[in-house]
Amino acid sequence: MQPLEMSAVDLVASLRQGDITAVECATVFLDRIEATNGSINAFLAVDREGALARAADIDARRKAGKPVGPLAGLPVALKDVLCTADMPTTCASKMLAGFRPPYDADVVARLRRADAVFVGKTNMDEFAMGGSNENSAFGPVRNPWDLSRAPGGSSGGSAACVAADMAPVAIGSDTGGSIRQPAGLCGITGLKPTYGRVSRRGLIAFASSLDQIGPMARSAADCALIMETIAGHDPGDSTSLVVDVPRYTDLIDKPLTGIRIGRVPEHFAAGLDPEVAKGVEEAFAVLMAAGATVHDVHLPHAKYGIPTYYLIAPCEASSNLARYDGAHYGHRAEPGKGHRAEPGGQRSAGQAGGFESPLVEMYCRSRAEGFGPEVKRRIMLGTYALSAGYYDAYYAKALRVRRLIRQDYLDAFQTVDLIGGPVSATPAFKLGEKTDDPLAMYLVDLYTVGTNLAGVGGISFPCGFTKSGLPIGFQLQAPPLAEPLLLQAADRFQRLTDWHRRRPQAMEGGKA
Amino acid sequence: MSTNTPYTTIIGLEVHVQLMTRTKLFCGCSTKFGGAPNTQVCPTCLGLPGSLPVMNRQAFDLALRAALALECTIAPFTKWDRKNYFYPDLPKGYQISQFDLPFSSDGFLEVVDPKGAFEPRRVGIVRVHLEEDAGKSMHDDAAGTGDTRIDLNRAGTPLCEIVTQPDLRSPQEARAWLNELKLLLVYLGVSDCNMQEGSLRVDANVNLHIPVPATAGAEARVAKTPIVEIKNMNSFRSVERALTYEAARQWEEWQATKAEMGKTPKQTRGWDDPAGITRAQRHKEESSDYRYFPEPDLVPVTVTAERIQSIRGGMGEPPVSLRKTLASQWQISAYDADVLVNQGRELVDYFEDLATRVGEGKVASNWMQQDVLRILNETNGTVSAFPVRPAGLADLIGRVKKGDFDTSRAREIFAEMVTSGRPVDDVVAGMGISAVSDDDVIALCRELLAANPKIVADVKSGKEQAAAGLIGQAKKKNANVNPGKVRAICLDLIREMG
Amino acid sequence: MSTSPQTLTTKDVAKVGLLARLALSEADLERMAGELSKIVGFVSMLGELDTANVAPLAHPLDTQNVFRDDVPAASLSTAEALQSAPRHDGECFLVPAVLGESSAA
Repeated sequence: MQPLEMSAVDLVASLRQGDITAVECATVFLDRIEATNGSINAFLAVDREGALARAADIDARRKAGKPVGPLAGLPVALKDVLCTADMPTTCASKMLAGFRPPYDADVVARLRRADAVFVGKTNMDEFAMGGSNENSAFGPVRNPWDLSRAPGGSSGGSAACVAADMAPVAIGSDTGGSIRQPAGLCGITGLKPTYGRVSRRGLIAFASSLDQIGPMARSAADCALIMETIAGHDPGDSTSLVVDVPRYTDLIDKPLTGIRIGRVPEHFAAGLDPEVAKGVEEAFAVLMAAGATVHDVHLPHAKYGIPTYYLIAPCEASSNLARYDGAHYGHRAEPGKGHRAEPGGQRSAGQAGGFESPLVEMYCRSRAEGFGPEVKRRIMLGTYALSAGYYDAYYAKALRVRRLIRQDYLDAFQTVDLIGGPVSATPAFKLGEKTDDPLAMYLVDLYTVGTNLAGVGGISFPCGFTKSGLPIGFQLQAPPLAEPLLLQAADRFQRLTDWHRRRPQAMEGGKA
Repeated sequence: MSTNTPYTTIIGLEVHVQLMTRTKLFCGCSTKFGGAPNTQVCPTCLGLPGSLPVMNRQAFDLALRAALALECTIAPFTKWDRKNYFYPDLPKGYQISQFDLPFSSDGFLEVVDPKGAFEPRRVGIVRVHLEEDAGKSMHDDAAGTGDTRIDLNRAGTPLCEIVTQPDLRSPQEARAWLNELKLLLVYLGVSDCNMQEGSLRVDANVNLHIPVPATAGAEARVAKTPIVEIKNMNSFRSVERALTYEAARQWEEWQATKAEMGKTPKQTRGWDDPAGITRAQRHKEESSDYRYFPEPDLVPVTVTAERIQSIRGGMGEPPVSLRKTLASQWQISAYDADVLVNQGRELVDYFEDLATRVGEGKVASNWMQQDVLRILNETNGTVSAFPVRPAGLADLIGRVKKGDFDTSRAREIFAEMVTSGRPVDDVVAGMGISAVSDDDVIALCRELLAANPKIVADVKSGKEQAAAGLIGQAKKKNANVNPGKVRAICLDLIREMG
Repeated sequence: MSTSPQTLTTKDVAKVGLLARLALSEADLERMAGELSKIVGFVSMLGELDTANVAPLAHPLDTQNVFRDDVPAASLSTAEALQSAPRHDGECFLVPAVLGESSAA
């Protein structure tokens, strides 16, 4: 089998057995990236030289009998939201164009120690804000299944890269669905772990109480492999859980007998694409055939998930992104040039127009130039919702509803072990279809925001295809720290189906 | 109301103290003062993308210690909040502080003036909370470049913010209270409260309450001038001067405008020490909307009764109770106890060691104040580096008690012990001091009596005090004689003469 | 701010823009007033829920009392600290002259 067709689990074994060298393996994927990235734009930075050097070092060590890490030689793509000391980290924003952090994210350090080979940084919605990867300052990502469609977001680059075999695994981040939704639209498997399972140190923050890093790959088994390396307590992250990391790869091969899966009737309201609905029902059937039972459960406050999320996330983001002001790093506006507020544009009381000082001007113009429209929108929304007089009605209110939403999950998990359902209301939509209407774009997160608000784990994987050949995704959500069960159920599904092995027609033969 | 002024000055203070930890509040960078710019920084205190804070346990414990010493109630559950504003010395664009659930509240600290310049004043503490410090901005006017230089070494240093009730009633009280606060916090090892190094900063809030007599149309009432916040005071003396100036200024303004405290935001004025005035600062209308919300990167902290007990146990005795303890234990006056305690724990330890060896407090206290302290002040020395240790001084005092020499001689010996670092015996020998035998003293006295018939006659006629005139002559003949002995023997000899 | 929380005027937007340190043109203000009003209107549906007896949930975790020891860790070199600074002089970050007093707090 060609490396491009192999699972990460099999690749790692192959590398270990010496069937293929790390350099050979890396070369195959780097060549693939070179051939296809032009049409997909999944990568913002490719580190061919660094990857090959790393691979060569691993091969040399293996040959000399020295120990190598558990992922030795495995090519991995990293969403450009993760700090890497040896590659630029831009968050797909002009604000951080060319920015080089002086440190590695905890996840990056763990993967390095495991001897993964980083092939590059993947494209994303700017600062992780978006559901289509059209908010990138460096061009949208195209869905490998249909290049006129979006891959989903914000981890669109990571999803597309795996779907197009540019890397066997990619690391993404998920704040309101940004791993699971693009995985669903691109026909791959993506896991958002329980909040605190994976360290956020070095993850460029969007919404701190919602963000989590997770694996994206072709299968649950591959995700399990990566989880063993990236999960675990980090004393440098106060929100990191002090809980042992299970041997996920040992735990997933278990039957589903006795597992109760919840089905939420409200998920199937109008607005859910009929083909998606059909795919999801068929997935339930497969799970039942595998021994699970399906029961109705209710998440009574589910419809309040989007407004709750679109208050909490922008509020936290407005604060997390305040550091991007051109003072210590990032883009700084040229003095006296470029975008400038028109006279009278700054109509805050007490100002005739223009800025109150050169410093304020630097802040305002640097940020206006550095951030794209969606980022600005969310900063404005968050700033407004936290401001004097509005805090109680908006931000504080959203925190209360969040508790109700979490309670819905805890209540539901009294009667079921997992909750199943759609991950996206529609299959991949056309590029440009939703970009004129911010609210319409926000609604793509309908099925995924609840997971982040409650802090629980969720996984999505392909459960079918539309008539036009677009992937349909299925999502499972679980109680806190039930990653083994999520992976087990997805893995069992993937032993009984082959949706996850399908590859985009357009990509076959290694051609774009 | 003061009898001197037609108004009452109402003062409240906001004090920031840097806690004496080795590392910053949220990262392992050093908190040492005076390092080269930007050498004590890391991703966390630089606010780099992706960085996260982790709370310094020692900082929280020191903060607890301070709050307990200030008699505050400790909150069983506390959390941190983000205070959002833009400034170049605040790299994250927010300060991690505490807003609605500070870890402590409702305490007090009393200040007493031993000389009675003001009534004892108990100043209420509204709250003590824990937050991070910002970096330093340096305006480089000299370079003429129009740039400000930012050094983030200080960013992330742990700070306790102490907010008082407006209970102070004069600038003198305020200064004395600050001294008392500093003494307390230094005693507890919480902070070194060094304003020159910025480990203690003060802002003051002041206004006047002015009695307005009844008129035909209105009852008697108290008018209140608008509250002014004064910033940029760099020493306790500046605080006193600034408050004195500002109270007078507000009184002038009241007389001119009769403007009273209303709904307008608090005015901020900066103290200009060289000019000796406060100046109004430009008001930034939106700077007060800090958009506080709970810090998502930090988890809350719960404080148990056990933890509080353990902190209390390790605290050491604060000045207020130490003064009383010293006075009662060593039978010294409240004034003496105050002087000793105000010099700090090290001096108190020295005193107690000395008093134990000497066996009594008053003598030890006198030596401490008249000699040890005097020399320390003259030489700008520290107790720990003082060349004579309590054992050596106790030795000396013992010799005086034995009568080997008098106190004034002893002080000369002491001065030499300090300068040379040598023990009593060495110094005594070196100075040629030896005990004068009784026979020699008697012989000397006979000489003096023979040489001073007039004095002998005066003493015989009942004026014993005339004998004092012999002592100076005695010392000239032999510096080592004990004046008391000389006097006693001369009087005896004269009595024997009949 | 306008009294109706669901509709933002351009004046409201300008005020928020200054708080957020974003330069906004007249066109930006107009557009944002419309977009933000729509979004705020949408999220206001939370007002339908009675949450009087529901405590806010700021953290999804129940974790408490996470501390580190007061032990020094390696700092960055000055060069590393300044490596991404738009302007610096080798020792300090440089920003346009800050007028008046230090830190607004």
